[in-house]
Amino acid sequence: MTTATPAAGRTAAPARKPATMAQALNRALHDALAADDSVHVLGEDIGTLGGVFRITDGLAAEFGDSRCTDTPLAEAGILGTAVGMAMYGLRPVVEMQFDAFAYPSFEQLVSHVAKMRNRTRGAMPLPITIRIPYGGGIGGVEHHSDSSEAYYAHTPGLHVVTPATVEDAYGLLRAAIASDDPVVFLEPKRLYWSKSDWSPETPAKVEPIGRAVVRRTGRSATLITYGPSLPVCLEAAEAAKEEGWDLGVVDLRSLVPFDEETVAAAVRGTGRAVVVHESSGFGGMGAEIAARITERCFHHLEAPVLRVAGFDIPYPPPMLERHHLPGVDRILDAVGRLQWEEG
Amino acid sequence: MTVLDTPAWRPRTDAAPLLPDPEPYRLLGTPAAAELDPALLRTLYGHLVRGRRYNQQATALTKQGRLAVYPASTGQEACEIAAALALRPRDWLFPSYRDTLAVVARGVDPVEALTLLRGDWHTGYDPHEHRVAPLSTPLATQLPHAVGLARAARLTGDDVVALAMVGDGGTSEGDFHEALNFAAVWQVPVVFLVQNNGFAISVPLDKQTAAPTFAHKAVGYGMPGRLVDGNDVAAVHQVLAEAVGRARDGGGPTLVEAVTYRMDAHTNADDATRYREDSEVAAWRAHDPIALLERELTGRGLLDDEVRDSVADDAETMASALRERMHTDATLDPMDLFAHVYAEPTQQLRQQEAQLRAELEAERQS
Repeated sequence: MTTATPAAGRTAAPARKPATMAQALNRALHDALAADDSVHVLGEDIGTLGGVFRITDGLAAEFGDSRCTDTPLAEAGILGTAVGMAMYGLRPVVEMQFDAFAYPSFEQLVSHVAKMRNRTRGAMPLPITIRIPYGGGIGGVEHHSDSSEAYYAHTPGLHVVTPATVEDAYGLLRAAIASDDPVVFLEPKRLYWSKSDWSPETPAKVEPIGRAVVRRTGRSATLITYGPSLPVCLEAAEAAKEEGWDLGVVDLRSLVPFDEETVAAAVRGTGRAVVVHESSGFGGMGAEIAARITERCFHHLEAPVLRVAGFDIPYPPPMLERHHLPGVDRILDAVGRLQWEEG
Repeated sequence: MTVLDTPAWRPRTDAAPLLPDPEPYRLLGTPAAAELDPALLRTLYGHLVRGRRYNQQATALTKQGRLAVYPASTGQEACEIAAALALRPRDWLFPSYRDTLAVVARGVDPVEALTLLRGDWHTGYDPHEHRVAPLSTPLATQLPHAVGLARAARLTGDDVVALAMVGDGGTSEGDFHEALNFAAVWQVPVVFLVQNNGFAISVPLDKQTAAPTFAHKAVGYGMPGRLVDGNDVAAVHQVLAEAVGRARDGGGPTLVEAVTYRMDAHTNADDATRYREDSEVAAWRAHDPIALLERELTGRGLLDDEVRDSVADDAETMASALRERMHTDATLDPMDLFAHVYAEPTQQLRQQEAQLRAELEAERQS
């Protein structure tokens, strides 16, 4: 078995043409397939069509049907056969078409993917990457907008990663595929068309899994977020300047492993923290993060750690989803409740 | 072009050749048995007797508190042994939780095969060593693994067949359906063996399926279904060996239903008298796999007291070694709990590891 290594230092001059997250993910898959013969991509409609979000566009044409395979329409079967492929030494990358369509594969994920290394005392690791477009904000009808990260993060044996930028989409997906542990790779589908001046010609950079990054430093309070909520938090931080608040923003990037040090350091610097995510709050990532901040930073805190999350309701129909998704105002409201001293 | 010319309109394959025979295929006691190789029959006999003894010994170990639980395959030894012996060393076996015998017959250490049921770890053997996947407790979930592994082997250019075992109850699971469908669509070298032993714990066949036989289910996926007497070890071995050979030669998957009977309760924790009649058990006892083979061997002059005693002694030696080793307490290191969760432990796991180490140290000092 060979380990994927990034095709570092592309020689072509940087074109600096804006690229989307979708293109960065496509490039990451392309480069992983080119770098390592054991990498195989499989999923529904990912061959001829290139995936419903076109993330696998052109891969079947370039690498052949056996490296980028249209499977029968059955998610447990896709992940279950990926387990067998990984048992034999291949490095499968699975695409689940939508968040809520991944649930049939939950038993394979929890009972086998997450546990195989452990139950075989390390003899049978499963280097599988499970790509799942997740979250709302694209006007999807029922079952197309779930945020399922807490289910996965609660399962020992899985890494759970979610990029929020075009650059990270490339770097984290390459790292996920190269990882010898199974990685649930959550792609914020409303950021698929977000752009940056990253381009496929930019020297490739693999981001380590498990490290959060401070996207914005601030002195008043710290917003802790990930994936689809990062742009909302950055917008809120910008708007907060009018209120006289200087907000920092931490992008977790990896929910498991969870980078406590970066989060704790940022919160100690401000004494106030708000965790922001669009999945439901009850029993969610925010609860875990708030508890850990309290355990680690209690004497630095000026106010209870607050959460801004989606409501504890089934994901709403598209015409009502804007009321559910945490927006700038709801984040600023929470910041306002961080027990600021009068005057 | 009309709709009549489109792919959706016409059947993709001819169903008739895929259909199983109406009666389970049998060899022992039939004229065709005369063709069977005496050496193979003797080998099968030795395995069957050893297998029966293993089941008895493991059940006894349960009563002595040495095993947490043991789902015996008593009465099903022919299926277990035939499955293991139908494969070559390079092939892979995907057992369910009742298939410890097949795992042992494949060469896995008899004690390591019981690790799961003893409870000192989940899988006691390295799956790569004898090419045996971990015993799978969630029903039918190992079937897609077999399909994926067979596909990977095919993609890699390796001559490998996967044989996956499941029970009658397991055929109702979604993973059974998905595995068979993927296997047939991909035409991968895999053989599915359904051991129809009459019950899923307590639920009988008529509450499990309305299919004519489980073998008939193959037709819906576009693969051949074979129906065989699961207590006729020569028949099961021949049918499986043919299916394995067909898979190896690029002929694709086969579904084999072996009709057998679980002579013991589901496990030691079960009471079979609550859901089945003694008369039914007696009928199957008269169709015992070892007795069927002994009759054949005796009829052909291949079995005398000397052979019988030597095979029984061999089984007794195995049982006594198993007993002795299983009465030794397993050495467990609690720190192993953290060793194989990830390739590298997370920061949180390191903290929890330190916590447990401190607790153990405090325990030692108190």
